[in-house]
Amino acid sequence: MKEDPGLRRDNFDRERFLERLALMHRIRAFEEEAIAGQKEGLVLGAIHPSIGQEAVAAGVCGNLETADLMLSTHRGHGHTLAKGADALAMMRELFGREGGTCGGKGGSMHIADFGVGMLGANGVVGANIPIATGAAHALKLQGSRQIVTCIFGDGAVNRGPFMEGLNWARVFDLPVLFVCEDNNFSATTRTRDMTGGAGAGARAESLGIDTAEVDGNDLIAVDAAARVAIEAVRAGQGPRFLTCHTYRMTGHTSVDPAAYRPAQEVEEWRGNDPIARLEVALRMAGIEEAQLTDLHRTEAAAMADIARTARETDWPEAVGAFTDVQDVGDPRERAY
Amino acid sequence: MTNSTYLEAGRRAVIEEMERDPSVWALGEDLGRGGVFGQYKGLQDMFGAGRIADTPISEACIMGAAVGAAMTGTRPIVEMRFSDFALCAIDELVNQAAKARFMFGGQMRVPLVVREPVGMWRSSAAQHSQSLESWYTHIPGLVVVAPATPADNLGLLKSAIRCDDPVVYMEHKNLWALEGELPEGEHIVPLGKADIAREGRDATLVTWSGMRQGCLKAAETLSAEGIEAEVIDLRTLWPWDRDTVMASVEKTGRLVVVHEAVAVSGFGAEIAASVAEALHFRLKAPVARLGAPRIPIAYAPTMEDEARVSPQRIVAAVRKTVQPAEVS
Ligand SMILES: Cc1ncc(C[n+]2csc(CCOP(=O)(O)OP(=O)(O)O)c2C)c(N)n1
Ligand SMILES: [Mg+2]
Repeated sequence: MKEDPGLRRDNFDRERFLERLALMHRIRAFEEEAIAGQKEGLVLGAIHPSIGQEAVAAGVCGNLETADLMLSTHRGHGHTLAKGADALAMMRELFGREGGTCGGKGGSMHIADFGVGMLGANGVVGANIPIATGAAHALKLQGSRQIVTCIFGDGAVNRGPFMEGLNWARVFDLPVLFVCEDNNFSATTRTRDMTGGAGAGARAESLGIDTAEVDGNDLIAVDAAARVAIEAVRAGQGPRFLTCHTYRMTGHTSVDPAAYRPAQEVEEWRGNDPIARLEVALRMAGIEEAQLTDLHRTEAAAMADIARTARETDWPEAVGAFTDVQDVGDPRERAY
Repeated sequence: MTNSTYLEAGRRAVIEEMERDPSVWALGEDLGRGGVFGQYKGLQDMFGAGRIADTPISEACIMGAAVGAAMTGTRPIVEMRFSDFALCAIDELVNQAAKARFMFGGQMRVPLVVREPVGMWRSSAAQHSQSLESWYTHIPGLVVVAPATPADNLGLLKSAIRCDDPVVYMEHKNLWALEGELPEGEHIVPLGKADIAREGRDATLVTWSGMRQGCLKAAETLSAEGIEAEVIDLRTLWPWDRDTVMASVEKTGRLVVVHEAVAVSGFGAEIAASVAEALHFRLKAPVARLGAPRIPIAYAPTMEDEARVSPQRIVAAVRKTVQPAEVS
């Protein structure tokens, strides 16, 4: 485990990092409950867990204001919770129940909570890059001080919309932070094997966007890098790009055994758990073991309650299949 | 009344709506110099480069950015230049714009208009001539509009800009120079309402976009023979004006659907099937549909014309329904 001498600095913000630790526990507990729920048949569709990647969500979104906008990916539970979405509504969405974030119409891959500035996960890799860019374009037209953060995976950098969106954000100097959550894999494929040149950051640089790269399993490092980038974006300096190197501890989906990854590599990353690393830092900063244990227990227990409540919630009315489609040509009037 | 071209009517619609609503803006390639056909001429001077935005040649991002901007309190007019290029932005339109409101449980809407000029025009060949409206009618979430006259291009484009749903707005390139009367003052044409372009008792011609002209021409020829064809211009393809079409076919007992697009899986098939289902026992002749053969559109006029539905073909089809051949 890496030791950063910087952690011993007197200005180490314990409250801030305890809060982030709680958030990371919440994200992990959410996904552990979701995986358990899937085994029981409660989660209906595919889920893409982000276990092992929680520091990216907590470190980046922890620096956003509620009014700021954020767009995520198919692997978006962590980002969404970190942006402030309600865990019970999210669990209900995964279970396809009434009161789900999207009323049971979307499921895991389409979670959105516009009330907290979460403009959607997306089932199409890379699709949120132009959408985030457009949201930032609108904010600029409106003279808003809000910013947009767009998180995507390393696989997305090989899609055309990545280039189109980044170029656009630079051309129009838009208030958007692009975050590449690089977990080394695009489904079952090692992204490096399918990527020409030096990859995500270099591509952003080539388009004139300032770029930073960070150990994505080090919450303190992600937090610091995100803060700097977000301040620059908010100050009107145009787009920024941040690559966070991380690793998912599960398969691509919760049912993928991930046999394509060498066991030793997985073990190495297991020893690099972002939650354990932040706990080490907090212990070094004088936080008692009991407080850390307590914090973990509290979050896990709260999430178990949430899962229990979610499973007891009713199914949505079938008529919902016809609502929220369109006003002109509303299928409730005519669907044939 | 003032005289105006179809192109100028569209331009007026954009100006009026941008003046009325500061959240309306337009984005696309070359808009600063008026757009490829001049539909935006002078607009950047009037509204500034922020609201008449020149963009990179990035169709996916033009459409995707419009989706994000529509979710963020603005009403973008997306200029795709040619409907053929909108195919570079199909994910953004079909998976994103059309689905977002539903997928996210009605938390927001995506009020945008995609202007994508369609149709055959000046030997433009296979990648600049297509009419793909039926693709979009197939997609829940989208409204599909295809104006055929200057007045409709004014009134429908204004309605499309005010609509809270994503609207695919297909102007016909061959109609840009078409002249017609525009009413003074505010002129709004409601979405989903057809126009009875000509009344008649003997047969119903259902059409839209560039084929309205051909149908009216055919109707004149037929009238000289004593056959009175009713010409219905649908104007909006989804939702299409079923009541007007059904009422007309109940009256005439005969239906010929005419469109420029390839006949196979064209939107005419939908109308023909709907009428056949609803009015089978009222029909005096089998329904007919006219569209292009399933061939790419060629460059040389001799070959290009093979893809055209001529007034002669329309006349022949109506004659055939009015005087069905004896079954031997
Ligand atoms: C356009 C598109 N192509 C393929 C897929 C199938 N798919 C879903 S996730 C995924 C891998 C994405 O990898 P990455 O962007 O690195 O995100 P990660 O899953 O690693 O978080 C693929 C190929 C998709 N959803 N969208
Ligand atoms: Mg990846």
